[in-house]
Amino acid sequence: MATDHTRTAARWMTAPSIILLLAWMIIPLAMTLYFSTLRYNLLMPGMEIFVGFENYAYFLTEPAFITAFFNTLIMVGSVLFITVCGGTLLAILMDQPFWGQTIVRLLVIAPFFVMPVVSALVWKNLLMHPVNGLFAFMAQSIGIEPFDFLGQAPLASIILIVSWQWLPFATLILLTALQSLDQEQQEAAEMDGAGIFSKFFYITLPHLSRAITVVILIETIFLLSVFAEILVTTNGGPGNASTTLTYLVYVKALLQFDVGSASAGGIVAVILANIVAFFLIRILGKNLDK
Amino acid sequence: MARAVSSRRKIGFTILGWIVGFLIFFPILWTIIASFKTEAEAIAVPPSFINFDWTLENYITVNTRSDYPLHVMNSVVISVGSTILALCIAIPAAWAFAFSPTKRTKDVLMWMLSTKMLPAVGVLVPIYLLFRDWGLLDTRTGLVFVLCMINLPIIIWMLYTYFREIPVDILEAARMDGASLPKEVAYVLLPMAVPGIASTMLLNIILAWNEAFWTLNLTASNAAPLTAFIASYSSPEGLFWAKLSAASTLAIAPILIMGWFSQKQLVRGLTFGAVK
Repeated sequence: MATDHTRTAARWMTAPSIILLLAWMIIPLAMTLYFSTLRYNLLMPGMEIFVGFENYAYFLTEPAFITAFFNTLIMVGSVLFITVCGGTLLAILMDQPFWGQTIVRLLVIAPFFVMPVVSALVWKNLLMHPVNGLFAFMAQSIGIEPFDFLGQAPLASIILIVSWQWLPFATLILLTALQSLDQEQQEAAEMDGAGIFSKFFYITLPHLSRAITVVILIETIFLLSVFAEILVTTNGGPGNASTTLTYLVYVKALLQFDVGSASAGGIVAVILANIVAFFLIRILGKNLDK
Repeated sequence: MARAVSSRRKIGFTILGWIVGFLIFFPILWTIIASFKTEAEAIAVPPSFINFDWTLENYITVNTRSDYPLHVMNSVVISVGSTILALCIAIPAAWAFAFSPTKRTKDVLMWMLSTKMLPAVGVLVPIYLLFRDWGLLDTRTGLVFVLCMINLPIIIWMLYTYFREIPVDILEAARMDGASLPKEVAYVLLPMAVPGIASTMLLNIILAWNEAFWTLNLTASNAAPLTAFIASYSSPEGLFWAKLSAASTLAIAPILIMGWFSQKQLVRGLTFGAVK
């Protein structure tokens, strides 16, 4: 169907988006790369000098980077584990017929639509506050000492908040995948005497594997950039206890005005994200061929 | 499940399902309840669940805060504006990808998707500096542009997956009947594409409304949307829980409702069509 006429038209139609995205990607990234080789602080304008890989050497050997790197790994890993396991169980539960299913589904997916700033502040104040929070009250009423969640276990608390936000996403996608499961196959397995667990491990889980992969990869992309939740709850603290890579770069750039270091950190983050993206693109690419 | 389910089993799942649903929804419910309390009741220990004097005071206070309408307007302008701008750029592109694919179409689409995976911090410094030099910091224009760019790949992909499902035969029939390209788009394609465009729009307004990296870093006051307004309650001296709850309820209510309506599209949009 592609005549010369439509081909030219198609080129004109795709051009704006391609040019814009290309510019959006290349110009800032090139600038980040360039800045990352400079000693450049906004508080000392006009003092920029070329320093090669010095910023990288500083950034990568800094204790804050090591902490932030592992915090990022722990946070992304834990949230993925919680949301995928919880999401699978929830999706199976939501797939069972029960009264009020539609309403319960709405309740379960609701956290995903709450803006990150709101969920973080609500958890921080109304629930986790060591004196006035609901958890403190619950702890006291069963005779336990209230726990200062964000003070004592900042990273774990942030993991809890972020998991709450992303659990609905995993559930929703796995539920959608579950609904395309072949019922007859399940019934056949049941007739052959398969129990709940063997049905789950031999039929449900293999069927969900692709959806689970998609959930893991997409969540990773978003989780690597978690920012607002940290900003409004702990500010990355106490110390660096809840600083992630994204947050560290923000601190360097907009609080310390250290453009050089921040740029080097940004490039490190880009490289890490690219490793994940590489796998995601391949899986989605295969999918597109079908 | 196709077979008859024993009612005892159904009752069991009903109870379990509702308990789980309630627990997950609880933080939101608790926020809504707190928004109707006085400040003293909101921090009271033990907390009251239903038996307190329900008041609208917080909503009135939040609404009369001189800057509140500005932040609401900023949120609306930024989320709707960036979505519409992105749609204008994306619709022709997705149309071309879906109906006049070339050998390179797949690669181009994959590349577009890969730009979405560029972490925001990777470009934070240059964008911040460019915006500072161009006077775009703390302006709606700047944010509309940034959010348009970060959501553009998702929009193109979503539209592409919708457009691909439109039967090509119909377009060919229209062409045989002598329809020109603009007519083909206006009378044949658009009516069939409207549902897809609408759900793409809905999902992207949600994403843009909740976006909290760029909106927090590129605004100070004039262009600050609700994300930044609510973040201002995080300062230690601003421990007004009831007002925080009221402001939060107002900020999430419209999006929650839109989100509930776009469940299916959400799955499709956020998985780039990999799970339908």
